[in-house]
Amino acid sequence: MIDLHGFGDQLLQGAVVTLELALSSLFVGLILGLLGASAKLSSVKVFRWIAHGYTTIIRGIPELLTVLIIYFGATSVLMSIAGLFGYDEYIEVGAFAAGVTALGLTFGAYATEVFRGALQSIPKGQHEAAIALGMGPVRKFYRIILPQVWRIALPGLGNLFLVLLKDTALVSVVGLDDIMRKANIAVSSTKEAFLFYLVAAFMYLALTIISMAFVSYMEKRASRGLTRG
Amino acid sequence: MDFSVVVEYFPKLLEGAWVSLQLVAISIVLGGIFALPIALARISPVGWIKAIPFAYIFFFRGTPLLVQIFLVYYGASQFDAVRESVLWPILKEPFWCAIIAFTLNTSAYTAEIFRGAIQAIPQGEVEACKVIGMTKFQMYRRVLLPRAFGIVLPAYGNEIILMLKGSALASTITILDLTGMSRTIIARTYTPMEIFLAAGGIYLVISIVIIAIFRQIELRQNRYLGTLSIKVPDKG
Repeated sequence: MIDLHGFGDQLLQGAVVTLELALSSLFVGLILGLLGASAKLSSVKVFRWIAHGYTTIIRGIPELLTVLIIYFGATSVLMSIAGLFGYDEYIEVGAFAAGVTALGLTFGAYATEVFRGALQSIPKGQHEAAIALGMGPVRKFYRIILPQVWRIALPGLGNLFLVLLKDTALVSVVGLDDIMRKANIAVSSTKEAFLFYLVAAFMYLALTIISMAFVSYMEKRASRGLTRG
Repeated sequence: MDFSVVVEYFPKLLEGAWVSLQLVAISIVLGGIFALPIALARISPVGWIKAIPFAYIFFFRGTPLLVQIFLVYYGASQFDAVRESVLWPILKEPFWCAIIAFTLNTSAYTAEIFRGAIQAIPQGEVEACKVIGMTKFQMYRRVLLPRAFGIVLPAYGNEIILMLKGSALASTITILDLTGMSRTIIARTYTPMEIFLAAGGIYLVISIVIIAIFRQIELRQNRYLGTLSIKVPDKG
């Protein structure tokens, strides 16, 4: 058996943090993605511009830079806003909060495109049928449109989640105690870099495999309403 | 915010951007060269030949690029055999370690893109090649690969953009690429927002230029499809 010099528990704790970060960012990103897609398909020009600017900028900037901008920038932005209200204590943005914001923004930008494609593929008749039944816009969205969008968007979102899972490693650069940073700590005390980074790699691989299995289960579940012929 | 620091350090940022471009260009070229045999092995009908590239691709696509960089840069030097080998002058340089990690990573992604493209070619074209008596080599050289090249372009353009964004990770192993240079400047000036936003702007411009170049190549490579957009009048 490989000797982890007692760092096994630490690495597992790191895996929990990684997973928490990934799931929180997923939640934020899904909301941003739906909002972004709605804005892109909106009849209001300003909304379309904002959504277009958002996806272009986020998709053209390295994720690491986004993490750094949010981590170092959020503090100064929040402090200058707080300063306007006469609050001048030091405000610190934690690595986790910065990570969720940065990765959520990134996921949201890519998810916008996925949701947009899915929203556009819902036949017009579905909208008309819902309206004919007397549903309001909110109910129509929840009962009729969203379940169908979800089914179409799932494979794309699943891929994005796998990317997100790997991007969580970047937040270790600003000091979040995830798998990667726990591995760094283990390396600095044991000097066995290859061993620990390889273990870290396989932990990410395991998380990837679990996520893939979960996504394919969700895909089956989402399409249970379809008649198989 | 005070953007005069951006003006002052702009030449430094461009220096960093040049390092980023070198990293991306070398990795993409080497990665592309490695990707082809990997893709061809991946579609082999022989089980064990298929298994090796599958595992390779699965590993490099399933783990973070950051781990891969650290494995090469910090991991390799753990072994005495590596430190005493002739390759050590290369492996102790962060720049070449980044190139190695990026090349391995992008070759896995590119191999999947190539495989998809080769498999997307209609079976009829393969049959046509066989019928006129081409050898397997001729078939790939004259028909399948040029066809795959056209199909591959949009996805390949995306891969280069992803590589450009991934190249920011080189800054974690002390390379002064665009991100690394920004962090060095910030350590001196304490103006994170201004410098990082300027760096983000430069990345954005590079991405836009790459996208524009690829659109041109795509139009050229797929120019034979141009006639298809002319509608053939119906007979009846």
